[in-house]
Amino acid sequence: MSDMQYTNEHEWLKIDGDTAVVGITTYARHALGDIVFLELPDVGRKVAKGEDFAVVESVKAASEIYAPVTGEITAINDNLPDNLDDLKEDLDKGWIVKIKMDNPSEASEYMDKTAYETYTAGLE
Amino acid sequence: MSDLAMNDNLDDNTMIKAPAMEDGNRGLHYEENLLWEKERADRPGVDFPQPEGMKLRTGFEARGDIGLPQNSEPQTVRHFVRLSTWNYSIDHGFFPLGSCTMKHNPRLNEKVARLPGFAFAHPMQPASTVQGALAMMYELQNWLATLTGLPGVCLTPAAGAHGELAGIMTIKKAHEVKGNTHKTVILVPDSAHGTNPATAAMCGYTIRSIPTRETGRLTVEAFKEALGDGNDVAGMMVTNPNTCGLFEKDIMEIADLLHKADGYFYCDGANFNALVGKVRPGDFGVDVMHINLHKTFSTPHGGGGPGSGPICTTEELAPFMPSPIVIKDGEEFHLEEDGERETSCGRLRSFQGQFGMHVRALTYMLSHGGDGLKQVSEDAVLNANYILSQLKDDFYAPFADSPCMHECIFTERLQKENGVTTLDVAKTLIERGFHPMTVYFPLIVNGAMLIEPTETESKDSLDRFITVMKDIANEAKTNGDILHENPVSTPRRRLDEVQAAKEPILRWKDAG
Repeated sequence: MSDMQYTNEHEWLKIDGDTAVVGITTYARHALGDIVFLELPDVGRKVAKGEDFAVVESVKAASEIYAPVTGEITAINDNLPDNLDDLKEDLDKGWIVKIKMDNPSEASEYMDKTAYETYTAGLE
Repeated sequence: MSDLAMNDNLDDNTMIKAPAMEDGNRGLHYEENLLWEKERADRPGVDFPQPEGMKLRTGFEARGDIGLPQNSEPQTVRHFVRLSTWNYSIDHGFFPLGSCTMKHNPRLNEKVARLPGFAFAHPMQPASTVQGALAMMYELQNWLATLTGLPGVCLTPAAGAHGELAGIMTIKKAHEVKGNTHKTVILVPDSAHGTNPATAAMCGYTIRSIPTRETGRLTVEAFKEALGDGNDVAGMMVTNPNTCGLFEKDIMEIADLLHKADGYFYCDGANFNALVGKVRPGDFGVDVMHINLHKTFSTPHGGGGPGSGPICTTEELAPFMPSPIVIKDGEEFHLEEDGERETSCGRLRSFQGQFGMHVRALTYMLSHGGDGLKQVSEDAVLNANYILSQLKDDFYAPFADSPCMHECIFTERLQKENGVTTLDVAKTLIERGFHPMTVYFPLIVNGAMLIEPTETESKDSLDRFITVMKDIANEAKTNGDILHENPVSTPRRRLDEVQAAKEPILRWKDAG
């Protein structure tokens, strides 16, 4: 998992060719508390970088999940809404969507694991 | 329930002995079944005589069992009275729920609302027969205009969020009339009440968020970035003082920039209790705002009435307000007819709004007077700052470098070192006889505890709360595990909120 990248908004992304696999971080998972609902987007939807594409709802609040890159959603993890415990920093089970990137260079600006850990430590 | 004392003397109920509470919540609590669980199949609640010579059209024999519980009148009365003792309201004790302004509802309000001319007026009576009621509403419009510095007033919105809808519909109508079809965005700070972005979305706008996390306040810099060239911005929704209990210091400069981009400033009036008689929102650039009559002017949730959220607007926006408003024509008053004001964004609901709340709010204003209302907000701010100053060494206060307004904010940061969370603090307050503060809001503050004491609490009452909060902070340090168990004396302990959200049971089902 060391080659995952991280956003300020607590999404993780893993680049696989021209596709970004996107999920939410363990930090986000803990901050949200017990999660009760996840709304997934439709496959084929175009998203712009920074646009919200999914909603995750916990007993505390509803939060949006933002696209880290511009592109088209080519796959969604149908398994997640019924298995919310899997929604975590886990490439195999915890991914939310796969986005085919219009501009792969967008993905280069995000933090690595060490930088993200420093960032979240500053938020506490 | 095994560890709680039971009493078989009460027919089908259990008494729970609760320990003495700091805030007067002592004595016996009643366990209580559902009405369906109380009934006995062999004992109908009411006996009807058999009518002679007539076909029986009611009752079990004629219609079969339709699944209504069979309980007698005294059983039913006791059921609801017992349930009511589970309730906690401002009339029980201190209710420091942040952003809710849970102040005492003076009983004079209730007396005036029960005057026959108000209580028995019917909304379909001819205007000529309810001149007093209309004069009362007109007077309330004038008071609100004076207090906000915004001359257009529409009393019809039936709650705070309804007022927000009215306000944004008014702004939308104004842009429509100007031909501003390119204005599709509403700016909302990330500390806003959730109803703000929801309202803008309801009206068809796109929401652009303004980050405020760093300082808890809007900055000119962050606003400018969100505004861009302003071409697509229809307006901005801001609560002032904001949900961190802070006055937005740069609000006039921000309002100027917004106005230059031909955007309108909507102010959420939820926190108006900090400003009444001190600051007129119209003077810091507000174009339209709603007023929670049921907060700022007493009668809070569970303490008097339903909601009521009138809006106040500038002269420029007044033509676009919802209808009806009360108009004075010579010495006569009348409610606008539909279509009488052609530019209005339309009617929001039936009749004239929450009339009973209008009576109570005006009673509150007249009984306090202008100077009294000013003292209300000064005392509200004083009480919040007293709590902030007394607790800021025990709980982390993120914005304590300057005084707060009518509410103060703490976080779980110090307690979390010992594994104690905001939720544990809230549940322990329940155990100690207090309603908790607002928790985990605003969202920009991790583990937030938002405390709004209001001006109607005495120093003694605040000191009892402060003592208990200090106890909790000490317990968190020395014996934090105990706090995870709270509450232990309530009829129910911690509820499974996750299962309740995922698999809600929305109606009673026979377990058999």
